[in-house]
Amino acid sequence: MRRRASSNARLPAGGDVERSKILNFTYEGRALRGFAGDTLASALLANGVSVFGRSFKYHRPRGLLAAGVEEPNALMAVGSRSARRVNVRATEIELEEGLDAAPVNCWPSARFDLASINDVFSRFLSAGFYYKSFMWPSWALYEPMIRRAAGLGVPSSTPDRSIHDNLYAHSDLLIVGGGAAGLAAARVAAAAGARTILVEQDVHLGGALRWRGGEVAGVSARAWIDEVEAGLEARVRVLTRTTALGYFDHNEVLLSERIAGDAEGRTRLWRVRAKQVILAVGAIERPIVFPGNDRPNVMLASGVHRYLGQYGVRVGRRLALFANNEAAHDLARAYAAAGGEIAAIIDPRSAPAGGDGSRIEGEIIATEGGGVGDPAVRAILVRGRDGARTRIEADVVAMSGGWSASLELFRQSGGRGGFDNDAQAFLPAHSVQAEQSAGACNGALGLEQALEDGHRAALAALGRLNLKTPELAAPSGSSASAARAAAARAHRVAAKGRAFVDFQNDVTASDIELAVREGFRSPEHVKRYTTLGMAPDQGKTSNLNGLAILADLSGAALSSFKGPSHRFPYTPIALGALSGLERGALARPYRMMACHDAHVALGARLEEYGSWLRPAFYGVDEKAAIEAEIDAVRHRAGIFDASPLGKIEVKGPDAAKFLDRVYANTMSTLKPGRLRYGLMLNEFGIVIDDGVTARLSEDEFLVGTTGAGAERISAMLEEWLQCEWRELDVVIAPVTQAWGVVTLSGPKARAVLVAAGVDFDVSPEAFPHMHLRAGVVAGLNARVARVSFTGEVSFEVSVAADVTGVLWRKLSEAGASLGLKPVGIEAWMHLRTEKGFLHIGADTDGTTNALDVGWSHVLKRKSDFIGRRSLMRVADQADDRPQFVGLELLDGQTLLPVGSHLREAGADGPSEGHVTSSVYSRVLVRPVALAMVRGGRRRMGEIVHVKTKAGTRRARIVTPGGYDLEGARLEA
Amino acid sequence: MLLISCPWCGPRGESEFVFGGEAHVTRPEFDAASDVEWGAYLYDRNNPKGVNLERWRHAHGCRQWFNVARSTTSHEIIAVYAMGEAAPEGVR
Repeated sequence: MRRRASSNARLPAGGDVERSKILNFTYEGRALRGFAGDTLASALLANGVSVFGRSFKYHRPRGLLAAGVEEPNALMAVGSRSARRVNVRATEIELEEGLDAAPVNCWPSARFDLASINDVFSRFLSAGFYYKSFMWPSWALYEPMIRRAAGLGVPSSTPDRSIHDNLYAHSDLLIVGGGAAGLAAARVAAAAGARTILVEQDVHLGGALRWRGGEVAGVSARAWIDEVEAGLEARVRVLTRTTALGYFDHNEVLLSERIAGDAEGRTRLWRVRAKQVILAVGAIERPIVFPGNDRPNVMLASGVHRYLGQYGVRVGRRLALFANNEAAHDLARAYAAAGGEIAAIIDPRSAPAGGDGSRIEGEIIATEGGGVGDPAVRAILVRGRDGARTRIEADVVAMSGGWSASLELFRQSGGRGGFDNDAQAFLPAHSVQAEQSAGACNGALGLEQALEDGHRAALAALGRLNLKTPELAAPSGSSASAARAAAARAHRVAAKGRAFVDFQNDVTASDIELAVREGFRSPEHVKRYTTLGMAPDQGKTSNLNGLAILADLSGAALSSFKGPSHRFPYTPIALGALSGLERGALARPYRMMACHDAHVALGARLEEYGSWLRPAFYGVDEKAAIEAEIDAVRHRAGIFDASPLGKIEVKGPDAAKFLDRVYANTMSTLKPGRLRYGLMLNEFGIVIDDGVTARLSEDEFLVGTTGAGAERISAMLEEWLQCEWRELDVVIAPVTQAWGVVTLSGPKARAVLVAAGVDFDVSPEAFPHMHLRAGVVAGLNARVARVSFTGEVSFEVSVAADVTGVLWRKLSEAGASLGLKPVGIEAWMHLRTEKGFLHIGADTDGTTNALDVGWSHVLKRKSDFIGRRSLMRVADQADDRPQFVGLELLDGQTLLPVGSHLREAGADGPSEGHVTSSVYSRVLVRPVALAMVRGGRRRMGEIVHVKTKAGTRRARIVTPGGYDLEGARLEA
Repeated sequence: MLLISCPWCGPRGESEFVFGGEAHVTRPEFDAASDVEWGAYLYDRNNPKGVNLERWRHAHGCRQWFNVARSTTSHEIIAVYAMGEAAPEGVR
C-alpha cells in the first residue's frame, strides 16, 4: 500500500505564479509550500496531492476535475473552527500564507475514508434508493441516519461575526466576463467613454487567453491582455475576483467580490443596475462519460491545460488525451512542450477531421489505479473502433466531450434559448432584458470568433445607449486550434462499469438508464429522481451529458428539450454576505423615545412594543413593580410616557368631511377644543385602529392612533386621499415623532399638574373630561388633553419632542411629594383591562367588525364611511358572531389564562368564544377578564364554562370592566 | 428588483415602493350596491398574463401614489401615469 511518488512537476517558468514568493500553508494538518499566485488546487497539485476529497454519496476518492468555478470534487473547509468556511472550491481559493484547509465529506482523511464502505454497496444506492429501500416501516426511522451520512462540510457552530459590505452601482454597460470576448467588448466601451463595469471572477483578466496562448492583434495573448487592461484604467471600473451570481428584473445584477487577502474570507455584495449588459461568461468543458472517469487524475483537458499554462504545474508525466474535438488537442502540444510524454491520443470519431494519424480511433473503456490508498489513474484500457483492446500506461487522462455555453445568467434574466445542433449546446436565442451574449456562451467558440463577437456586442450596446461608436476595428486573433474549433457532441462510452455524469451528486449513466427504464421521460422528472444537476454546482459539468443520455435512451431529440433552468446564485454565497449590515441590532432597529435616558436612569425594564423600546415596568421585581405602579395610579398618581401614540395632523376645508368618511363615527360635529374617541375600520368592516381625535380649529384636526398604527394609518389616509377622494381639499402630516407626550393619571394628577405650574384653570368645571387646552405647563408650551386610558382623571401633556425630558423631570419633581410614580406599559394595560376598555389587536382580531364590539349605532349614520357597506351584509350582522364582553369569575381568585375557550354551561359542543384579556384586579379584589363570546351581548348574565389546564372554571357574562362603571372617577 | 420611475422622484429601486394592487377598481355607492356588487369590489381582481394596470406608492420617498402598466410575463414597465388618469392609449 505504498504510495507512488507523484510525477506532478512545477515548471521552472511560465504562468501567473511568483516563484520567488513562497507561501506556507497547511492541508489536512500537513505543512506544505506553494507560491504567490497559486490557488489551493494548483499548490496541492504541485505538492503531489491527487486525492482532494470524497464523493457525496459513495465516498469515492476524487481528484480535481477542473481548474475553475466548475470544479465539482475538491470542496474544502478553510480556516479555524471559529471562522470556518466550508464547501469552497479549491480551484477558487487563493493561496495565502498560513492558509489552513482540509477536504470535506471524509473521515479521517481524504485518502482513507471510513464511509467509503458505501461504494461497496453502491448497487443498493442507485437512483431512488431512498424511496425504495427505506419505506418499511417508516421513512422517519431512517431519515436521521441518512441525513448524517449525506451532506458536505460542517459549518462553524458559532455565529459568523464577519460583516460583509453591500454596495450599489449604476452603469451604462456591465460586461460580465473578462475573457477574450469580454475584453474585446470592454475595449470598445472604454474608447466610446461609456460608463462601464467589467467583472471577472478570476484574479486576472484574460480568461482562457491567459493559459491557452495564441496571438491577438499581432502580439502574444498575454501582451494583448496587458495592453487592453492598461487602456481600461480610469475609464472602466474593473472588478476582478468578482462573480456575477444573479440576474434579476430590469437589469439588476448581483455581484460577489472576494476581498483579496482577507483572513475572514469576506465578500462585498454589489447590486449593479446597468442600462445594457453583455454576458461574456464563456463555456464549460464537458467530461466524457466513460467507466472509471471519476478516478483521480482523470481531468478535463481544459483543467490540465490551465494548471500548465496559468500555474506552471504539469499534472503527471504521461498524458492520455481522450477528446472528440480539435480544441482539446492544443493540450497535447503544450504538454509535450512542458516535458511530458503523450501516451496516447484517443478520439472516438471515425477518421476525425484534422487527425494526424497518431490518434487511436476508439474509446477508453476502463481506468486502473494503484490500489487501496493509491486510487490515481496509472493505466487505461482502450477499445479501438475495430474492437481491439489495448492497455496503455498513463498517469493523467485529459478528457473533452465538447463545450457547454454557460447560460446561467442568461436564463435568470428570463432569456429563452434552445439546443443548437451546430454548436451542440444550448444557446441563447431570445433576450427578454437589455442584454446580449457574446463569445463562447453565445456559441462563438474559437478565439477569432469570440473577439469578433465581443466587439460586435459592444458596438450594438453603444447603439442602444445612443452613444457614439468609436472608430475601432475588431482585434484579430489566432490560436493553434482557432480555425478548427468545432463543436462536439456530448459523448458517452457504451461499456460496462460505472461512468459518472454528475460528479458532485454521484449520478452515473446507469442511474439515468434506470430512471428511463422505470418510465421517467421528462428531464425535470429524471433530474429529481436521480438528483442529476441538483448539487450546489447546479450541474455545470453534467447537465448536457445527462440530457444527451436521456435523449439517446428515450429516443427524443436533444433539441426537443428546453434545457435546464438555472437559479440564483451561480455559485454559493454566505448568508451573511446577503444580509450585509442588516443583522443583529441593525436587522430591525428599535425606535427610542425622546426621554429614553430618563427611563433607563429610573431602572426601567425596556421591551419592544410596536418597534418602540418602551418601559415595561420600573424596577427589578416585575410583579412587585407592576403592583406598585397600579396602586399609584388608582390611589395617588402615575406618570407615563405616551409619546409613541400615533398623531396625524389633518388640515383643510374638507378635513371634517374626510374624517367622517374615515371614522365609523361622526367627527364633523366635534367642536374645536374638544376630543372624541373614534373607531377606524377597513373596507371589510373590520376594526383596525382606534384613538382619540382632537379638533384644533374649524379646519384642523389631530388624529390619534394606537402606537403600532401610527405609520399604517397615515399611509391609509394618504391612500384614500390620493386615490379615491381626490376632490377633497385636505392635507395630512404624520407628526408622531414631533411631539413628546407625558401622561399624568390618578386622583392626584391634577395636583401634580398644578404643582408643576400650569397657566390655565384645570378645575373639572373649567377643563372637563374630553377637552383640549393649549397653554404653558412647567414653563413649556404645551397642549393638554383630558383623556383617560386608565379610568382615572388623566392629563395628557404634549410638548415639542426635544423638551420631553424637561417636562418629564419637572412633572416628576412636582409630583415627588404627592406619591407620583413612573408607570410602564404592563401596569397601563392592566389598568385599562380592569376598566373594560377595548384594546385593538388584543381583544380584537382580523375578523372582528364594528358591530362585534358594540358599535351598531354607526349603521344609523346617513353618510358613507370606510367599511360601512360591509357591515350591512347579513353575515356581518349575524347575532351569533363573537362579541366583546366581560367575564366575572364565580369560583375563586385565580386568573383565567388568556386564550382559554369557553362553552355553554354543561354543553359539550364547539368553542363559544375565548378569553382575550385577563388580570387580577387589585382594586376590585377579584380577577377580571375580557372575552369574545358568540352572541355575547344577548347572553348577559349567562353562566359559561371556561376550559383551562387546571380544570373547568365557571364565569358569568357581564359588561366589560367593572371598575367605576358610572365613570365618576374619570370625570372628576 | 424592478426599476420604477416615480413621476416625482425619477427611477428608483422597487424596495422604495409599496405595491397597491389593481388600479381603476371602482368603489360602489354604499346605498346602491348589491351584496354581489360590493363583494366583487372587495374581492374580484384581474390576474392577466400580459399587461396589468396597478397602483404603486413611493413609500420611502415622496409617499405619492401613481399608476403603472406592467407586463406580468416580462416585468417590463410599459407606462407610468397619474392617479385619476386613464391608462394611456394602446397599453392594453
